[in-house]
Amino acid sequence: MGTLLLQAILSGLLNGGVYALVSVGLTLIFGVLGIINFAHGALMMLGMYVSYWLFVLYGVDPYVSLIASALGLFGLGVLLERLLITPVLEAPEHNQLLLTLGVALVLENLALFLWSPDPRTLTVSYLDFAPMVGGVMLSPPRLIAFGVSVALTVLLYAFLHRTDVGKAIRAVSQEREGALAVGINIQRIYALAFGIGCACVGAAGTLVAPFYTIDPYVGGIFVITAFVVVVLGGMGSYFGALLAALLVGLAESVAAVFIPAAMKQIVIYVIFVLVLLLRPQGLFGPGRG
Amino acid sequence: MIRKSSGPIWERRRLLLEVHRVCAGYGDLQVLWEVSLHLQAGEIVAVIGANGAGKTTLLRTIAGLLRPTAGHIALAGTRLERLPPHRIVQGGVVRVPEGRKIFPRLTVLENLELGAYLPAAKRQRRQSLEWVFGLFPRLKERRRQLAGTLSGGEQQMLAIGRALMARPRLLMLDEPSLGLAPLLVQEIFAIIRDINRDGVTILLVEQHVFHALRLAHRGYVLENGRIVLEGKAEALLANEHVKTAYLGL
Repeated sequence: MGTLLLQAILSGLLNGGVYALVSVGLTLIFGVLGIINFAHGALMMLGMYVSYWLFVLYGVDPYVSLIASALGLFGLGVLLERLLITPVLEAPEHNQLLLTLGVALVLENLALFLWSPDPRTLTVSYLDFAPMVGGVMLSPPRLIAFGVSVALTVLLYAFLHRTDVGKAIRAVSQEREGALAVGINIQRIYALAFGIGCACVGAAGTLVAPFYTIDPYVGGIFVITAFVVVVLGGMGSYFGALLAALLVGLAESVAAVFIPAAMKQIVIYVIFVLVLLLRPQGLFGPGRG
Repeated sequence: MIRKSSGPIWERRRLLLEVHRVCAGYGDLQVLWEVSLHLQAGEIVAVIGANGAGKTTLLRTIAGLLRPTAGHIALAGTRLERLPPHRIVQGGVVRVPEGRKIFPRLTVLENLELGAYLPAAKRQRRQSLEWVFGLFPRLKERRRQLAGTLSGGEQQMLAIGRALMARPRLLMLDEPSLGLAPLLVQEIFAIIRDINRDGVTILLVEQHVFHALRLAHRGYVLENGRIVLEGKAEALLANEHVKTAYLGL
């Protein structure tokens, strides 16, 4: 029981790191544009396929194609923002919601059409070992996914807090009118924030590709978890999202020790409902920049 | 009625901002009706009027947040009315919005630094900071504090300081006295005069009619989106309509 719990805690934390990267992208987009990006999961799926195909067709190592999937999704995000999101920014919320949901459906069905629903796996041969330490199994791809995810999350945090462009992004999210008054090009900041959010989730897709089954609907489960994380952390709070992601990862994984693994998703929804009932502003207050 | 003449040629050469028969509004709701006004370089001009007269809409239109449906706006001969807001700031027209609109979860210093976000202003950031801290010593004391924790008066100072960081040729102030205690209002108005002496042309929109006209060189009275009176500030202060409608005399 002891090592089982230890194993659960470890894998929970490792998953949590990836959830953090997915969630900060979501929270960045929400904080700056005020849009809930339902296409986030589909974009993550694209990130996974980018690395999968680069590996299968050209033998590119997924840790190298990480750059391709992050940059590719950044570009796609900027394009989506410019072409589709900008026109609905002033529209009622449910229209925005339908739009991002629509983007998700199109992307998923496009993947279905192009790449079939067959589940695929990407195995990195040199990482195909699992050392046991103190009765706990360590999976190298998962450790790498965790490490790189947390590093990217911290990097994004530093970017937002230390650079002029980062501060401009936060300024737009805190006070749009003030940002206009100081001459910040809001349209450009919107596109940039959306692009960065997509790059984060694309990178997350690549990072989990070596140990996840890839299919056109794979993003869904991550994005639902990410929604819970974003709400739990306080909408628009990056630091909150990081902590909440680790918490959710832990809760989900530890719960699976005690209840049938197939039911572990329930834990996420229970947390979600509890947060909404007891602390709707999230653990870390309303939207910290 | 006081009506301006077109003025001698030497005066017109120093024309900084010209708003010519501008109409603007929100959707089907027209707020401004053929509004014309001008500012000479170095002037303080006050636009006074009641709540809902269109004062804020006027400043938002000049700042490029609203596109005029008719008329034109020019800064030293350059047309502004089709430019996006950030290009207008770049041109040197900077607005202190109504209600301050500072960035509450950034520090005072970060707010000021973002004021100098555009490249030309960024190059002068250090000198601009010294200038602003000279005008508002209290902002220097509180520079590490989150802007949201400042008092109302300090937030107004920060909003003005942030605008100055952009090195404006024309500073537009939207109700700087809003919600401030009388003593603070006087302090802010004194600082606005200092800023003007440092060479910044000022367009001031105010409900505090008496203070505004005491400070300004010239003024315009805006009613229901139309300019109904204009002239030298002293003349407006002595005007019967202004006295009864705005000064309660």
